[in-house]
Amino acid sequence: MAQTVLHTADSRGGADHGWLKSYHTFSFAGYYNPERLNFGALRVLNDDRVDGGRGFGEHPHDNMEIISIPLEGSLEHKDSIGNVGVIDPGEIQVMSAGTGIYHAEYNKNKNVPVKFLQIWVFPNKRNVEPRYDQQAILTATHPNELVQILSPDKNDQGVWIHQDAWFNMGNLEKGHQVVYNFHKKDSGVYIFVLEGSVSVDGQKLATRDGFGVWDTSAIEITADTDARVLLMEVPMEF
Amino acid sequence: MKKEISILVIGKHEEILAVILRLLNKMENWNATGVNSCEELIKQCSGRNFSVVLLGAGLSVEEEQTVKSYVAEECPETALVPHYGGGSGLLYAEIYSALNIG
Repeated sequence: MAQTVLHTADSRGGADHGWLKSYHTFSFAGYYNPERLNFGALRVLNDDRVDGGRGFGEHPHDNMEIISIPLEGSLEHKDSIGNVGVIDPGEIQVMSAGTGIYHAEYNKNKNVPVKFLQIWVFPNKRNVEPRYDQQAILTATHPNELVQILSPDKNDQGVWIHQDAWFNMGNLEKGHQVVYNFHKKDSGVYIFVLEGSVSVDGQKLATRDGFGVWDTSAIEITADTDARVLLMEVPMEF
Repeated sequence: MKKEISILVIGKHEEILAVILRLLNKMENWNATGVNSCEELIKQCSGRNFSVVLLGAGLSVEEEQTVKSYVAEECPETALVPHYGGGSGLLYAEIYSALNIG
């Protein structure tokens, strides 16, 4: 029988640094809740808003698969392995921190906030060579479908990471229904509602709610309004 | 007076090691020391019971195994914690979880 966990939007931890407002689904930095440490290999789901012209100065990372998805505005990235770029809504960025990498992230615009998700997934191998990639997300051209944006396979659709993880995103019109079939039987899927309301196997979810499902092989998602969802399939044991 | 939490961090990436130590030593009653080799770790652990050994980045598979075996056999009261992320994001939660604080 399927097991589930519900994290409503208002139950998330938070941090308000003035220029940065962040909601943490799982324990992060100054927010610690021993009941909210991870969902399988999914360790961080931060919902960030950064004021115009502000950002995170150069700081290190290691041994983590770090995925950034801009929702509004533009995010500028610079790292110690020579990558400089801007990611916009409709794109996904991935960084394997591995043995160690420095990077900085700034709001590209001076007057408009940038809103983005930062997602950390535990790697399946420690101390890999650091790497970076960014790609377009094709949801706009495929409405009412779940579009794969991340996988473990560099030859598959979307970016890839060092973990048996698959991310899908979907723009669903009200009343539309989609089924997601798990890739692996020991995986769980964490559904994060970006916009609108959906029902997942009967569980009603509102904007920014999170819902984890495991011990099953498929889930059915129904859009109760026009909605945008992110599905993250990760190993529950790793 | 709170009991001191002593943390030994092993990592090969000097700059990240310095950041981790700075972040840990900012915490009241936490005392962190850094080493970058198994030999130094064994020397530090001889005659001192650390609360936590934090396994940082850049060690080979064999070096990580050496640390794990040494801590398990010689320092059974010390919590061995693999560190992920390289900064402040997960660091405190890793220590709190290992020591059942909070």
